[in-house]
Amino acid sequence: MTALEKGAELPPLSLRVTRADLVRYAGASGDFNPIHWSDRIASSVGLPGVLAHGMLTMALAGRLVTRWTGDPAAVRSYSVRFTRPVVVPDDDEGALVEFSGKVSDVVAAADGTRVARVAITALFDGRTVLGRATAEVVVAD
Amino acid sequence: MVDASFVGRALDPVTYRVGREKVREFALAIGEGALVCTDVDAARAAGHPDLVAPPTFTVTFTLPLITEFLKDPAFGWDYSRMVHADQSITLHRPVHGGDELVTIVHVEDLKARAGSLMLTLRCEVTDTDGAAVATTRALLVTQGEL
Repeated sequence: MTALEKGAELPPLSLRVTRADLVRYAGASGDFNPIHWSDRIASSVGLPGVLAHGMLTMALAGRLVTRWTGDPAAVRSYSVRFTRPVVVPDDDEGALVEFSGKVSDVVAAADGTRVARVAITALFDGRTVLGRATAEVVVAD
Repeated sequence: MVDASFVGRALDPVTYRVGREKVREFALAIGEGALVCTDVDAARAAGHPDLVAPPTFTVTFTLPLITEFLKDPAFGWDYSRMVHADQSITLHRPVHGGDELVTIVHVEDLKARAGSLMLTLRCEVTDTDGAAVATTRALLVTQGEL
């Protein structure tokens, strides 16, 4: 983990999301909404294409934080707004999503631990897809 | 037409047993590389009773309850045009493989604005002794009026 002052940047993470990833996530999460796997259904409700599950994008963005702390059990809270969809084409490349993050604050929790607040940015096609994405993680002294 | 009298209600509690292989499957599906999520020995060496579920794992057992409620004709929600606008997860402790968890869905808030309905559902997740494990909130939006 890098230095823990406010303003410290997390190592960025770029991930490609393919249709196969959506199918796998649908099965693992139990979210079988057809807009995440059927072009026909997606276009019939006016969407630009099959969309990644918002919760998958949230989970992938969470990896930025868990990789940085090295400990998924250190996450105390995590919240996002889904501001734009990630459209996943039916090809081998999929959709490229780029995650970055910055420590916006380090605070002392009531139980004496130190908690870092991380502001996460997620870009697809150069535009942000998650708003106010924030994770709070316990950090070692 | 959505039935606003549901606001303030809590749905019946539902118990869910977190399967070790479900945790592993979920971790692999999101590409989580931490060994505590996929290797029981590594998880135990780090002081955990079993595999550690990734932070967003709660969706696997809260989403089915939310979906069932939203598809209940008595509530009258337009599920086909729904958008997931906002999600928050507070973990009072990590979720582990083998946990037996009780989830209660609370219909917390419903607002109408410019032809859209905005619904906040809160899930309170505890263990079977009632100790808090997680609190999640989803803001869901669909077309409609009050």
